[in-house]
Amino acid sequence: MRKKIYLDYAAATPVDPRVMKVMKPYFSEKFGNTMSLHSFGQEGREVLEKSREAVAGSIKARPKEIIFTSSATESNNLALKGVAFANQEKGRHIIISPIEHPCVLESANWLAKQGFKITQLPVDKFGLVNPADVEKAVKKDTILVSVIHASNEIGTIEPIEEIGQICRKNRVYFHTDAAQSFGKIPIDVNKMNVDLLTGSSHKIYGPKGAALLFIKEGVKIEPILHGGAHEFKLRGGTVNLPAVVGFSEAIKIRQKEMNGEIKRLTHLRDKLIENILKKISGSHLNGHPKKRLPNNVNIRFDFIEGESLVLQLDGYGFMTTTGSACSSTDLKPSHILLAIGLRPQEAHGSLRMTLGKWTKEKDIDELLKVLPAAVERLRKLSPFKS
Amino acid sequence: MNQTGYTKEVMKHFQKPHNYGRLKKYNGLGKVGNIVCGDVLWLYLNVENKNGKEVIKDVSYETYGCVAAISTSSAISDLAKGKTIENALKINKEQVIKVLGDLPPIKIHCSLLAIDALSEAIYDYLSMGKKPVPGDLREKHQKIERAKQVIEERYKKWTEKEKQK
Repeated sequence: MRKKIYLDYAAATPVDPRVMKVMKPYFSEKFGNTMSLHSFGQEGREVLEKSREAVAGSIKARPKEIIFTSSATESNNLALKGVAFANQEKGRHIIISPIEHPCVLESANWLAKQGFKITQLPVDKFGLVNPADVEKAVKKDTILVSVIHASNEIGTIEPIEEIGQICRKNRVYFHTDAAQSFGKIPIDVNKMNVDLLTGSSHKIYGPKGAALLFIKEGVKIEPILHGGAHEFKLRGGTVNLPAVVGFSEAIKIRQKEMNGEIKRLTHLRDKLIENILKKISGSHLNGHPKKRLPNNVNIRFDFIEGESLVLQLDGYGFMTTTGSACSSTDLKPSHILLAIGLRPQEAHGSLRMTLGKWTKEKDIDELLKVLPAAVERLRKLSPFKS
Repeated sequence: MNQTGYTKEVMKHFQKPHNYGRLKKYNGLGKVGNIVCGDVLWLYLNVENKNGKEVIKDVSYETYGCVAAISTSSAISDLAKGKTIENALKINKEQVIKVLGDLPPIKIHCSLLAIDALSEAIYDYLSMGKKPVPGDLREKHQKIERAKQVIEERYKKWTEKEKQK
């Protein structure tokens, strides 16, 4: 069998063996419910609070400002719906960017059905939000602005600090979905002027089933999962302790390794981008060349369709992804690629490659060997030729 | 994100498509699909008169699109080759799907696109050669043309940008 090279770290990451080891006792030895009074429960509670401290420390938050959830999707749902319902006396206007993850977009769409007003900000061709546009969009009845920290698809990093300043000045809550950036680039909730922030475990070599929502002290928010008194009464449901423990171990490791990885991956990223653009005619970078996640490469190729390219590369052992309509379940191209001004026919030809901890320089070299031929083959089949 | 569920046969046709490219000599061309939607198929025919019968001697295509679009193009080219145009017009989507083992439900339209391309190429061959066009083929052609216009109208925003470029 051909060697498999995984280039889809933005979708999911393998769990670090060190993380697995730390998690293991919490399945059948230290399985107590963190709400129980007996010693198993107390032990669990202690570990939960230690995990909270570790995760909070990594983003310069206080432990009581962190709640654990099951996924970034849940955190984003809670941030939007929870803030919306707790603050509707003040107003019912919410501002989001057009390049949010579907869990933010769909939460906003759902809130619109409940009578909230949603404004989508414009973005430029790199996917950047202009903070001045936020200033313009904020009204008297605006209660929340939500802008993704870094795009899951095109990797563009948004000017969160500046947007946050505007929100502070206008006394509007500011949420950022940092699912793709948390643990990959430094995050400081104070510097970034955010009131709410979402982070995820399984994007940083932690297990699936754990995520966080940072909620700055004093932010008015309602739970969406009603139940027991877990997580400061903001999220009912027995805490998934193995996952939370794994999550906190994953972020501890990331903090030690982050700077080195930023340097290493940025080099690989730029090497991949430069060489593709040089070797393959009719190829274009999607997203910002510099204000970009260290591990994200997104290129579009003229005259070919992405699903074909992804499956051809899969045949060569490379696992990638595309924003093409043909690969989606609703046959619509990625809303993010359309938001940055691409025409559908351009969006169809997009290929995302996301790098990670186990991506080696020789993987990039090998990809660069086969990619030009893969693109060339599909162009030969295509009626549109340069 | 990716469509999974392609059969081995689909992947075989995708990896090594049969009869692709542009025929050097052709007398029928069917162009279907729209780049905005993500699949375009141009199908070329070389029809020859053999003992009074019009036989598809050669067929080829150029396809822009997903794995399903490329593999259905390959499948229809196999099915059409050597058939009289009368019989080629009888090819249905079940036959195309049978060649490919199966297609994911969301990709069934790709097999229809391939059939449309073939009937458009036959229509082109007949009308260019000033030969009589069967009524139902003419009707189908008109239907495909109307659908094309609807799509072009719907995606005016994008196609106009294309023209400005």
